Amino acid sequence: MKHRQLLTGNAAAAWGARLADVDYIPAFPITPQTEIIELLAQWAADGTIPARFVTMDSEHSMFTAAGAAAATGARVFTATSSQGLLYGFEVLYTIAGWRVPLVVVNVSRALASPITLEADHNDILSARDSGFLQIHTETCQEILDTILMAYRLAEDQRVMLPVLVNLDGFTLSFTREPVDLPTAAAVAEFLPPYQPPHAFIRGDAPMAQGAAVLGGAAYSYFRYQQHLAQENALTVHQEIAAEFAARFGRHYGLVEPFQLDDAEYVLVMSNAFATKGKAMVERWRACGVKVGLLRLRVLRPFPAAAIAAALTGRKAVAVIDQNLAPGLGGITYQEIAAALYGSHACPPLVNVVGGLGGKDISEGEFAAVLVALQQAAAGEQVLGPWLLYTKPEQERMRTLLKIAGKEVLA
Amino acid sequence: MSTPTSPELNAIKNLKQIAREEFILPGTAICGGCGGLAALRLAAKVLGPKTVFVNAAGCFTLLATFPYTPFKGSWLYTTMASAAAGAQGVRDALDVLIARGKVPAEDDVEVVVVAGDGSTYDMALSATSGAIFRGLDFWYFCYDNESYGNTGMQMSSATPYGARTLTTPVGEKTRAGTEHGKKDLFEIWRAHRPAYLATVSPRFPIDLTNKFLKAKRLRGPKLFIAHAPCPTGWLYEPELTADYARLAVETGIFALKEAVDGVVTHTYVPRRHRPVEEYLRGQGRYRHLFEPVRNEEAIQKIQEQVDHYWANVHETTGAAR
Repeated sequence: MKHRQLLTGNAAAAWGARLADVDYIPAFPITPQTEIIELLAQWAADGTIPARFVTMDSEHSMFTAAGAAAATGARVFTATSSQGLLYGFEVLYTIAGWRVPLVVVNVSRALASPITLEADHNDILSARDSGFLQIHTETCQEILDTILMAYRLAEDQRVMLPVLVNLDGFTLSFTREPVDLPTAAAVAEFLPPYQPPHAFIRGDAPMAQGAAVLGGAAYSYFRYQQHLAQENALTVHQEIAAEFAARFGRHYGLVEPFQLDDAEYVLVMSNAFATKGKAMVERWRACGVKVGLLRLRVLRPFPAAAIAAALTGRKAVAVIDQNLAPGLGGITYQEIAAALYGSHACPPLVNVVGGLGGKDISEGEFAAVLVALQQAAAGEQVLGPWLLYTKPEQERMRTLLKIAGKEVLA
Repeated sequence: MSTPTSPELNAIKNLKQIAREEFILPGTAICGGCGGLAALRLAAKVLGPKTVFVNAAGCFTLLATFPYTPFKGSWLYTTMASAAAGAQGVRDALDVLIARGKVPAEDDVEVVVVAGDGSTYDMALSATSGAIFRGLDFWYFCYDNESYGNTGMQMSSATPYGARTLTTPVGEKTRAGTEHGKKDLFEIWRAHRPAYLATVSPRFPIDLTNKFLKAKRLRGPKLFIAHAPCPTGWLYEPELTADYARLAVETGIFALKEAVDGVVTHTYVPRRHRPVEEYLRGQGRYRHLFEPVRNEEAIQKIQEQVDHYWANVHETTGAAR
């Protein structure tokens, strides 16, 4: 086994599950996630992994089986994408309420309608209130490492909540990058077998799980418990990240600062397109413009303090949301604005929406964002949300509309 | 904990052979006179204490209301549509954990879905089909009160023709109330060739017990549709549940049968069926068929459906009428 392999994002995710020595993988195919479960199916068929692999009849069933197996005491992995996540949506809340640890990979893909294949984050962000922890990744290495860390986080007694690990469809799922594969022995030291202290479906220790509650006070108690566990996860994540860094030499924070120290302007981005943002930052820096980037990584629990600390005092900040809440704007923009509200030296915030359905964010669009940042810093009112779209894209769209027989408005 | 009863799994012949020990204790939020709970209570006596009931949203969701549970075994509430998938997760997890030495084999449990007809006939049909298709070793107990009962008696696809519900009210255009016929879940499930499939009635406890005993020997899907007379929804006095359960069988409206590997046997065939009217009359959900004006056409239609069913049975099995 080579220590370092060229892996797609999907393969890195499958390797994460393999190295985590999971017991159970209920699965259901959906593009662009399917390669993950195909690899795991092959390994299970070959006996390379001891896990049981079962193809379910839907994501709704898949999540139910995953949660029920975790409640029984198994270490469980599964993966989905887009419509699949939404099809199983009610079960996300159900599983979080069961307080069971499992790790789900979501390969981001824009939501229908119109149905499409490439990435944006409306799928994963729809699950932001489900009780699942949520970690967004930028590289293939980070996918694998994050899955290993996610099991530690989910199984920690102070947390006991499921985790969604996100990677972008196509841009990362099908992109090969060199990935350092830790040995199974090294991973086993970092992530020992799951000892389920709360597993209850056993002949010697019967228990009721998911029981109904009557009355808001009992309901509120259990919901507040989820929130407090999420708050605990901020601290627990930092402990685990430090241990991971000590063992494997790679450190992952709640957020990732890039060229931030002296940055006057900051882009806030997440996932694979953050790589594009970083490239732009370097280009701008070469021209003497002090720009930095803050990459959102742990989205739930929301690291408000870390974000506020990174952004206060800047001349202006642009939040580039690869998602759209129609009628509102970018989703993470709202959360970041809330994190900054009332802080001293709160920077002007620009709300930018781009990269929907895999649409590129071109150099020209980044340049327009920088202009908006400079205007905002100069005290101009920069109305948002800014919906990024280029002239060539608009012209191409006019052609398509003409073919479709639709009147094109000027 | 005492051992489960009827350990030899031999068929019983009289009521005294049914276990006295209870595995579902009284004092729940379920309505008095619930036929479904009476059937589940009998089933649990065969299943024993090492059991997990995997529940779908419905009346029985209120059985386990924090911090109480009436079960000696475990309980897991899932969703309305995916209890069978929950059973899959539990069964698979136990298999893997036992195989990997993480759970002792003696701590294995029977995995039992408990779901109403609203879930089973409608929303959960796909998830259950998947579990049967995969040959999952589990039990499915459907308490069929022929309506969405927990929400107050609305039509499900198990609601029979002629029954009035709150969403199939009687009107100018719908004189019979529910105009659809009941979905034939038994045949839908039978087409999957489960290891075992049966209908049971709480008023036929020996028949019920023997069916669970028979199924206990088998691996694979073991599926039960329990007739569940419902005083709250069907509008009759709770003490009459046993009477209506009996009449459903004696009129031939509810056929007691089983299918082993797809081969159907009727386990109780009344020598002479009583007229369906004896079952219908007295239930509030059918009152409009008799008052203020008798709806002869609808009553006839119900009788003909029953006669037609049994004529087929006699024809195909050669059973004496």
